[in-house]
Amino acid sequence: MSTFVSLFIYGLSEGAILALAALGFVLIYKATGVINFAQGEFLLIGAYTFYTAFVILRLPIVVAALVGVVAAVIIGVLVERFILRPMVGQSHISIIMVTIGLAGLLSALVQMFFGTQPRSMPPLFPRNQLEILGAHIPANRLWVLLVAGIVLTLLTLFFQRSKHGIAMRAVADDQQAAMTVGISVRRVFALSWALAAVSALIAGILLADVTTVEMNLVNFGLLVFPVVILGGLDSVPGTIVGGLTIGLISQFVAGYLDPGLAEVAPYIVLVLILLVRPYGVFGEKRIERV
Amino acid sequence: MAAVETGRYHRTYESQLRLWHTRPQLIRIGVVAVIAIIVPFVFDNYWLSLANTALIASIGAIGLNVLVGYTGQISLGQGGFLAVGAFTSAILTDRMGVPAPLSILMAVATTAVIGVLFGLPALRLKGLYLAIATLASQVVILFIVRRWNFLTEGQGFVDVSRLEVFGFKIERSTFEQQWYIILIIVTVLVAITATNLFRTNIGRAFMAVRDQDIAASAMGVNLTRTKLTAFAVSNAYVGLAGALLAHYSEIISWEKFTMDVSILYLAMIIVGGLGSIAGSIYGALFMTFLPIAVRMFGEVIGGVVPQVQKQLPAVEHAAFGLVIIIFLIFEPRGLNRIWQRIKDFFGFWPFRY
Repeated sequence: MSTFVSLFIYGLSEGAILALAALGFVLIYKATGVINFAQGEFLLIGAYTFYTAFVILRLPIVVAALVGVVAAVIIGVLVERFILRPMVGQSHISIIMVTIGLAGLLSALVQMFFGTQPRSMPPLFPRNQLEILGAHIPANRLWVLLVAGIVLTLLTLFFQRSKHGIAMRAVADDQQAAMTVGISVRRVFALSWALAAVSALIAGILLADVTTVEMNLVNFGLLVFPVVILGGLDSVPGTIVGGLTIGLISQFVAGYLDPGLAEVAPYIVLVLILLVRPYGVFGEKRIERV
Repeated sequence: MAAVETGRYHRTYESQLRLWHTRPQLIRIGVVAVIAIIVPFVFDNYWLSLANTALIASIGAIGLNVLVGYTGQISLGQGGFLAVGAFTSAILTDRMGVPAPLSILMAVATTAVIGVLFGLPALRLKGLYLAIATLASQVVILFIVRRWNFLTEGQGFVDVSRLEVFGFKIERSTFEQQWYIILIIVTVLVAITATNLFRTNIGRAFMAVRDQDIAASAMGVNLTRTKLTAFAVSNAYVGLAGALLAHYSEIISWEKFTMDVSILYLAMIIVGGLGSIAGSIYGALFMTFLPIAVRMFGEVIGGVVPQVQKQLPAVEHAAFGLVIIIFLIFEPRGLNRIWQRIKDFFGFWPFRY
């Protein structure tokens, strides 16, 4: 029972971080139709900018987080303006490849400035052991879960209620119709990249707190694909459910079966979902016409 | 001077179907052939080994281009399929005593079959979803290669003995030269068969599926068969590249077939030109020599600014990403298109088009 509980909490906290990373991915896909292979690198850049501000420059945690947010917004907007905008109307393969190129460039930049050595960050959350139903859980796992939950709720509310969120949903639904009612599609594109970078930043900080700040954070980014396919590429609630599911699956497989198998288990789920229900559990089925 | 004919005009179907059309084209092929023949006599082993790597990469890139560039089925699983070819041939030759040529052919067949298996999702998926499905196939194949102890007998790598073809064994002293000759012949054969493929109805069907699959099926193209054939043909070439890689490098392990390799091959065909056999070769050459060029450039700069020297791995990495982005933004149809434009400029001169 105690193993189950601790795997469950670990899975949920990792899943919540995954959901945050994947949410940024879904945002970009929904609004701009771009599959962003650089989401993992956004995570990496986010973690390292926060590390720079918090550890190297010794800013207070709130200021450091704000610096990270500002940097993420700037990077997101620049990427949209100079790399993705020239690609409008190109084929899928070109757009996928341009984000792969971007991923290479971003991780190379991080490597140039920080090298490949893992760095440890002072704990952001208390790490005392808590006992829940016989299992010993470090408290920071629960804090991570709490913060990710709050951010996910805020972002969901933002889409449902705020003016900009509604504009983003309108653009996602039909670009031309959105233009005719006076929504600036360009601004929405920029906004969605900026928001994606910010959600990746928060995911990066949380992930860095439970692991370390290192280049391998990128590999976590590839896991967004099983998440978004499971939840549906264009569904925000689906992403959250998908993130938690994938997090739980990989923890349970690692705990009960084999840690090596846990690396591929999400992808096996992905293939199964693609074969049975390609548009995901919550995704919208689209009909294609010639 | 009499008026010069501008542009190319075909008066018969035979002339349109010919592999080469004009005299300058024949002259260019001749020049390339002469260069290819003198290369092993001029360059030392270091450059020859790079050339051999580039030739193997060309074969793999042609294979990937058949699938991605001509049939429009995005594949991120190249590394995994190379691994299938490499391990099949290596294990057959070394552990089961199958002669190398036969084991290479068997590797080609195995990779084609496995390619079809992993191509099955393509029957229902396209575009982004297919890209993600092939990403999954890459992860799954690599996992099997890493964890299935039978493959490497628990060592994590497979040693391949020196290539022996019909009793003729490659010599240590002229290793690179002999491999160069073998590889150049194989590459030329691959390039010719691939070019010919797109003059047949199968190849035309591939292109019809790429341009608009629903319209193609309305015209009577069997989508299921065409897509699976494309996966089989493409992965046959990729399996060949993998098998040659195994015999050439004489030691293989899973690290040679990661996701990065899949991305590298995609970068080759993007830089070279999607949907072009010549472009695949240009791209393979370009991406093989890019890190070398960056390193040489770094050494020159490093004499002045020592910090650059230390950053070289990161700079190579950045150059790779940057090249992909720059090509996609400024010349999405790659080196082949640039070359085409240069030829057109002289072909149509003094007119613009």
